[in-house]
Amino acid sequence: MHFSVGDFIIDLVDNSLEADADLIEVKILESDTDISVSLRDNGKGMDQELLSRIRDPYYTDGIKHPGRKVGLGIPFLIHAAEQCGGVFRIESVPGEGTEVFFSFPADHIDTPPIGDLAETLSDVVLKPKEYEAVLLHSVHDGSGEWSYRVTRSELIEALGELESVVSQNLVRRYMASHEEEIQGKEK
Amino acid sequence: MTLEELRALREQKKKELDRRDVSGKSIQIVVGGGTCGIAAGARKTHAAFLDELEENNLTDVVVKQTGCLGLCHAEPTVEVMMPGMPTVIYGNVDDAVARKIVHKHIMAHELVNDHIYDRPAVDIIEKGGK
Repeated sequence: MHFSVGDFIIDLVDNSLEADADLIEVKILESDTDISVSLRDNGKGMDQELLSRIRDPYYTDGIKHPGRKVGLGIPFLIHAAEQCGGVFRIESVPGEGTEVFFSFPADHIDTPPIGDLAETLSDVVLKPKEYEAVLLHSVHDGSGEWSYRVTRSELIEALGELESVVSQNLVRRYMASHEEEIQGKEK
Repeated sequence: MTLEELRALREQKKKELDRRDVSGKSIQIVVGGGTCGIAAGARKTHAAFLDELEENNLTDVVVKQTGCLGLCHAEPTVEVMMPGMPTVIYGNVDDAVARKIVHKHIMAHELVNDHIYDRPAVDIIEKGGK
């Protein structure tokens, strides 16, 4: 089972890339009442029949791992969201892409920790494939709203590549500096 | 940090690398991900490799986070490819084991026997390995 909200996000990003998406948008919104995440991709999408089956932990397409009988990513997320009164929605159009939305109430005891978002957003852009990722993290409380936006292409433009240890660690530092900024303003 | 500052840091690091003429270019570490890997802590393993490699100035190694390698029972799994060493899939690689792989496998050219799950022929692995 996944530990943090960030783990769920990375699992969904893996799904998008496996669905041949080359554009992934991730929006994370934190407020006093909940944390919500929406993820949209332009992958191959799913029809209604498939959409109903992905909720079943004993369903997998079997393409990547012939003979395997489980597909746990989405069922983990649904279970986690439902057990603490959160929301899970998925919409998909074959040939166009998929959109997932989920949220957790901030004050429920079973709400998973958000995790280190600097690491999570780094992981979203550091997958070894060619794709664009657009990330938005926004925090709003009684005193105002702060946000930042990062794209994978601007990181590649600045660093040349995202495979070496140098580049990956610079991405982590870059994300951490953004996180420190908005978390510092939060309270 | 701004994108300009990020670019400047990259230039600075690049110059340091050019001076040292690092020979690590062909070393590749692949960290298995997927649902099983994530649940077992593969993201921490990936971060541990990045930290430990940088601390030891092995900054030109390529580190990739990929999907499931097919050994879900032994996640987090890691494949290490480098000249002069057999390609190995290590299993149960947590933060501490990741750092051990950097020191033993990559820097000292010795296998981390207790965590081998695939690839080298049986006669290479010392007694007690899996």
